[in-house]
Amino acid sequence: MTAPKPAAPAAELSDYLLRLGDNGLVLAQRLGEWVGKGPVLEEDIASTNVGLDLLGQARLWLTYAAEVQANSGPPLRSEDDLAFFRDSAEFRNLLLVEQPNGDYADTIARQFLFDQWHVLLLGQLTLSRDERIAGIAAKAVKEVRYHVERSADWVIRLGDGTAASHERMQAAIDALWMYTGEMFAVDATERALIDAGIAADAAALQPTWQSSVQAVLDEATIAIPADPFMQGTGSRGGKQGIHTEHLSRLLAEMQALPRSFPDARW
Amino acid sequence: MVTTRVADPPAHDDATQPATRAAIWRALAGVVDPEIPTVSIVELGIVRDVARSNGAWVVTVTPTYSGCPAARIIEADIRAAIASAIGEDVRVVTALAPAWTTDWIAPEGRQKLRDAGIAPPHAAMHDGSTQPRSVTFRRPREAVRCPNCGSLRTTELARFGSTACKAQYRCTDCLEPFDFFKPH
Repeated sequence: MTAPKPAAPAAELSDYLLRLGDNGLVLAQRLGEWVGKGPVLEEDIASTNVGLDLLGQARLWLTYAAEVQANSGPPLRSEDDLAFFRDSAEFRNLLLVEQPNGDYADTIARQFLFDQWHVLLLGQLTLSRDERIAGIAAKAVKEVRYHVERSADWVIRLGDGTAASHERMQAAIDALWMYTGEMFAVDATERALIDAGIAADAAALQPTWQSSVQAVLDEATIAIPADPFMQGTGSRGGKQGIHTEHLSRLLAEMQALPRSFPDARW
Repeated sequence: MVTTRVADPPAHDDATQPATRAAIWRALAGVVDPEIPTVSIVELGIVRDVARSNGAWVVTVTPTYSGCPAARIIEADIRAAIASAIGEDVRVVTALAPAWTTDWIAPEGRQKLRDAGIAPPHAAMHDGSTQPRSVTFRRPREAVRCPNCGSLRTTELARFGSTACKAQYRCTDCLEPFDFFKPH
């Protein structure tokens, strides 16, 4: 006799969907900041197209999150309410994705470290017992495979490029590395959903992520920082709503119009 | 409002109103993707089902990419085309699973892409594996045939072209730049 399927705990499920959606939403907003000022036209187009994919995925996750929240009682919220009318402490994205664009090496390094995790996570989520999550993940993973190919190519191109591009890529990896530990930190919310067969066990992805990242950085002649300190682990990071100062500034710009004109339509 | 679901389409009676059903498919064949206006949404494999459900016609479509900006316009165009063909409003439902693949682009669609100067995608590499590849960027790339002169001596200029679903290439024989519909 098979064990009964454990019910998805609504509060945890909603929180998890916000984590998935907010990663895409916040990173898409960051990539959108490059519109019109990419280093070359092709990259201007590429980074905003990656942002477009991530925004589309965020809409799918946040729509689901809003439905889960509505089912567990008021207030009734939509994907737009979640995007535009939450403050930074209510956002559940990783600290990594809210970090400022910096120079192009910073943007590419942030993208690569995230993409390589994202593709592994979505691959596991295609096996989720929640068929809606599995369906969104199966759609998104195809897009993200392309993202990681591009960002890995650029890490190598810049890292193994000129002296100046190498120096910048090394500085970018040095600065962002401490935000990668949070990606694999499983807290009580994720543990409950992993046990229910709904969430992916992010901790189990770490060895594959590490070896994939190492292989690319080796080819890029970039070293992984020796300092093992990681920011945002121990249930005190972006996934729990504790953010760096950068997120509220990003949200101020992203949310200004709907907050000033709540009924605006175009 | 877009209804999103991932389950299979509801069971329906295929024998219902065959003439109307045929008229709906004919109308759908006239709806194009606004970003690739030479190819119909049927040829692109976006239309997954036409069904009669609870006394109304339901057209099931699937998005090409999650963030495709044309999705809303396509939905509006579908409703307008069918309303003018059969004088009845239809419901458009978006299904995410199974995820759209360029393998669903019909042969006529591929030829029309070529005629429009867009290299059609080769077979998408679906390994069916859920295991992540360790270093994805090493995936070998198949040569892309120039839609203008047919040469295989082409080179990628950029990973994205005029839309999210295309990459930018250049032919090193006829020297023309062109869009390549990414296998997806």
